[in-house]
Amino acid sequence: MNLFKLSWKYLTFRPLSTGLNVLLLALGLAIITVLLLIQDQFEKKMTQDAAGIDLVVGAKGSPLQLILSSVYHVDFPTGNIPMNEAVRLSRSRLVKQTIPMALGDNYQGYRIVGTNHDYLSLYEVGFSSGKAWEEPFEVVLGAMVAEKSGLKLGDTFTGSHGISVGSHDHDHHDFRVVGVLEPEGNVVDRLVLTSIESVWYTHDEEEPAEEETTSEPSEDQDTDAHDHEHQNEVAEHADHDHEDHDHEEEDQGHDHDHDAKFHHPVAKSGFPKTDQDRDVTTLLVQYRSPMAAVQLPRMINSNTNMQAASPSFEMSRLFELLGVGIQVLEGLAFVLIAISGLGIFIALYNSLKERRYDLAVLRAIGASKFQLLILIFLEGISLTFLGALLGILLGHSFLSILAAQNEQGIAAGLEAWTFLSAELWIVIYALTVGVLASAIPAWSAYQTSIANQLTRK
Amino acid sequence: MLFQTKDLKFSHPGQKEYHFQDISLDRGESLLILGKSGSGKTTLLNLIAGLLSPHSGSVVLDGTAINQLDSGKMDRFRGENIGIVFQKPHLLAPLDVKENLMMARYFSSKKGQDADELLKELELSNKSHSPVNQLSEGEAQRVSIARALINRPKLILADEPTSSLDDENAERVVKLMQDQATKIQAALIIVTHDHRVKEQISNYIEVKSV
Ligand SMILES: Nc1ncnc2c1ncn2[C@@H]1O[C@H](COP(=O)(O)OP(=O)(O)OP(=O)(O)O)[C@@H](O)[C@H]1O
Ligand SMILES: [Mg+2]
Repeated sequence: MNLFKLSWKYLTFRPLSTGLNVLLLALGLAIITVLLLIQDQFEKKMTQDAAGIDLVVGAKGSPLQLILSSVYHVDFPTGNIPMNEAVRLSRSRLVKQTIPMALGDNYQGYRIVGTNHDYLSLYEVGFSSGKAWEEPFEVVLGAMVAEKSGLKLGDTFTGSHGISVGSHDHDHHDFRVVGVLEPEGNVVDRLVLTSIESVWYTHDEEEPAEEETTSEPSEDQDTDAHDHEHQNEVAEHADHDHEDHDHEEEDQGHDHDHDAKFHHPVAKSGFPKTDQDRDVTTLLVQYRSPMAAVQLPRMINSNTNMQAASPSFEMSRLFELLGVGIQVLEGLAFVLIAISGLGIFIALYNSLKERRYDLAVLRAIGASKFQLLILIFLEGISLTFLGALLGILLGHSFLSILAAQNEQGIAAGLEAWTFLSAELWIVIYALTVGVLASAIPAWSAYQTSIANQLTRK
Repeated sequence: MLFQTKDLKFSHPGQKEYHFQDISLDRGESLLILGKSGSGKTTLLNLIAGLLSPHSGSVVLDGTAINQLDSGKMDRFRGENIGIVFQKPHLLAPLDVKENLMMARYFSSKKGQDADELLKELELSNKSHSPVNQLSEGEAQRVSIARALINRPKLILADEPTSSLDDENAERVVKLMQDQATKIQAALIIVTHDHRVKEQISNYIEVKSV
C-alpha cells in the first residue's frame, strides 16, 4: 500500500460522486479540446486551401458563397459567367495568372471540377499513379475520392448533375480515370479533376437526350423546372439561341464533327479554345502587384456583371461570425469546469467530515500531518487528471466522428488523432483545478487534532 | 527498563491539572490502568502514545524520550514502535482486511511481521480480502489488533478494547494481546474498567483525579 493507492481507494469508494465530477470536468475539457483542434487545423486548412488565390471572380451573389464553392468546394456555386468576360479580365495588367473553373457536377457526392493544369500546379500535387488529363472526359482523382470509390486507373464512371449525391446521372459519356493523386491533406483530396471541355461536352450531350424523353407525361410537366434548374448548373451556360443552333449542328454533323472534338487535346493552361459563346463558373485570380488588391475587386464589382471576392477577407469574416459561437462554447466549457471544480471541493470537504476518524487513525498508525495533506491533494489531483484524460479522449473522438460524418464536406480530412502541445496545457489546467479544489480540505486534514478525534465517540 | 514515565503533568484547556503516577514496564510485561469515568485514563494513554504532549515530565520508550521528538518524527516513531488498539476498531473502510494491515506497514521503515502469518494467528486468514465493513464486531477488533502488531511495536496500548464485545470475544481479545506481547517481547498497557479483563491481568495502577 501507499498514499497513491490509498487515495485511489477512497475515490473508488464513492464511485458516483467521483464519476460525476470526472464526467463534468471531462465534458468541459472535451469542448476546449475540440475548439483547440478545430481552431488549429481548420484555420491551417483554410489558409492552405486558399494559398496562392488572391481573388475569386464569379457570378454575382453572396461573396462568401462564391469563396466556399470555388475555393473550398462546399457551398453551391453562385452561377456562371460568360467566358469572353473572363478572358478579358485575365488580360488585365493587374492580373498575373488566372485559373478558370467549371463546376456543378459530382460523382457520388465528390465534386467534379473542370479546370486546367494550372490548378494542379497551384496545389503542387503529386501523382500516385497515372498523369494529368489530355483529352476530354479524362479525369484525375483526389486521393480520398480514389480510396472511397475504389476507382483505379482506366476505370470509367458516369458523373451526376448538380453537386450533391442523388442528382440524375449523365448517361452519355463516361469519364475515364487517367490519374490518381497522392494524399495532399487539402481540398484537392476530395475532388474529381478534369478539363473544362469535359464538363461542357457532358452538358452539350444532355440537351438532345432530354428532349427525346419529353414524350413521357411526367417529364413533360417538369420541362420548365428542368430548364430553370439547369441555369444554375455549370456548363448549361449556353444561352438558348445558341443551344438551338447547337442542336441543329449536331443533328447534321453528328457523326464526324461531334466525335472528332472528343479526341482533340484539351487546353492545359488558360482558357479552352472555342468559337462558341461558352460559360465558366469561376476564375481564380493571382495579382501581379499589391496595387491590384485595391483596384481589381472594385473594378470588377462596379464595371462588370461579375463579382470578385477575396478568400482571406471572406474567411476572416466567417471566423468573426463563428467567433461568437465559439465564445459561447468556451463560456460553457468554463462553466462546466468551474462547476466540476466546485463539485470536487464539496466532495472532498464532505468526505473529510466522515473521514476525520480515518485521518486520525492514519496518524495513530504512523502517518505524518504532511502525508495526510498529500493524501487529500492526491485525491483531488488524480480526479482531475482522470477528467483531463477522459476530456481529451472525448474531444478527439468527437472530432473523429465529425470528420467521418462529413466526408465530402469542410470537416473532411480533419485529423482527429493528432495531438497539440496545447493539450498539455489542458492537463495542467485540470491539475490546477484539482489543486485549488483540494487546498482547503487538505489544509484542514493537515490540522486535524488526532487525540481529540480518537477519543470522541 | 523498556518503558518509563516520570512526573507526567497535563491539563485540558481550562481544567484542573492531572498529575499522573509514574509507570515502568519491562519487555513482555502487562499493566492495566483502572479508574472512574472522567478520571483521565484516556488522557494518560494519549500522553504515552505521543498524541498529546505533557506540560512536564517525560515518557521514555527503549531509550527514546518521545515527548522531545518533533511532530513528524513522533508520528514515524509511533508508527514503528507503538501499536494502538482503540475502543472501536476504526478500520479504513475503503480497504480490505489485509490492506488495512499493509497501510500500517507503509508508514514504517521497520521490517515487521508477516501479515498472512499474523492474520492466521488471529484466526482471520479466510477474511484477508474481505471488505472491513462486512466483519463482525469481534473480527473487526481482532483486525485492529493485527494492525497494531504488524510493525512489531515495543509498546502496545489499548483503550477499553473489550467494552463492546461479548464475554467470549472479550476474553479472546485480551488473551491474543497478551500472547502477542509475549511473542514480540513488547510491553502491554490496557485501559479498562471491564472486570472481565482484571481476571486475566493482575498488574494494575489506578488513576485518580487529585
Ligand atoms: N479534548 C478535551 N478537551 C477538554 N477536556 C477534555 C478533553 N478530553 C478529555 N477532557 C476531559 O478530561 C477529563 C478526563 O477525560 P478522559 O477521557 O481522560 O477520561 P477517562 O478516564 O478516559 O474516562 P472514560 O472512562 O469515561 O473514558 C474528563 O473530564 C474530560 O471531560
Ligand atoms: Mg476514556
